[in-house]
Amino acid sequence: MANTSAQPSPKTYLVGLVLALMLTAFPFALVVWGSLPRMQILLVIAIAAVIQVLVHLRFFLHLDLTHTPRENLLAIAFAALLICIMMGGSFWIMFDLNHRMM
Amino acid sequence: MTGAVTAEHEHDTHEEKTLGFWLYLMSDAIIFALLFMTYVVMVNNTAGGPAGRELFDVGHVFAETMVLLASSITFGFASVALVSKSKAGVLAWLIITFLLGFSFVAMEIIEFLGMIAQDAGPGRSGFLSAFFTLVGTHGLHVSLGLVWIVVMLAQVAVKGLTAPVGSRLMRLGLFWHFLDIIWIGIFSVVYLPGVL
Repeated sequence: MANTSAQPSPKTYLVGLVLALMLTAFPFALVVWGSLPRMQILLVIAIAAVIQVLVHLRFFLHLDLTHTPRENLLAIAFAALLICIMMGGSFWIMFDLNHRMM
Repeated sequence: MTGAVTAEHEHDTHEEKTLGFWLYLMSDAIIFALLFMTYVVMVNNTAGGPAGRELFDVGHVFAETMVLLASSITFGFASVALVSKSKAGVLAWLIITFLLGFSFVAMEIIEFLGMIAQDAGPGRSGFLSAFFTLVGTHGLHVSLGLVWIVVMLAQVAVKGLTAPVGSRLMRLGLFWHFLDIIWIGIFSVVYLPGVL
């Protein structure tokens, strides 16, 4: 039944939980108590978020490059590409427009 | 012989449904990506109204984050119980997941009502329209996930852990864990930069 990916085990979820807790607590702590410049904190938040998304995909959704069927991975990669094009394109247009209206 | 063929067929159907469900999740991810984009474009358009700094409570958001993460883990334990064919385990972990998910939605509603009470509802400014649309869409997904959990509780209780029920439970798991991923985006894009 669970052949589409690695078998779920309590260990997988607990490892994922510990990693997720660290990747959540760190940016929250930095925002509340940190004294770094704003841009650096935003950068840390972004990096922690991307890593945490990957941790969730790996440990909770059991995605990996060997067990997950290739068509599933292709669908995910295609969606990621679409998101990049749509978000990147929209930001470009909106911020350029904003800049020109100033 | 026939049994093996049926099992093989069931296995293929399960794989096909998993792919189909991933396609749905990815289309949902695109909806959320565009809502995130709208929010980032609108975040400074407060129209003289309150900004995130005055409205967001980091402690409350951290509690929501922990509750949702805990519910992801408890759903994980339900999946483990499913693999080991423990009906009681699946039911117990699903009920705990439901209670955690319900608490999350309740906390979100309390936050929304508090904001609306101080005249910071979705109609106040472009920023708040985008905020309520993005966070509300996520909350609506979690609420529908709760309905789905209740349906699966009934199916597990009545039909037992049959192959179709197990297959549905695994897709519900994908949905539930996916919503936790969207929440990572929400606290990283909306709340943390908002209070910074």
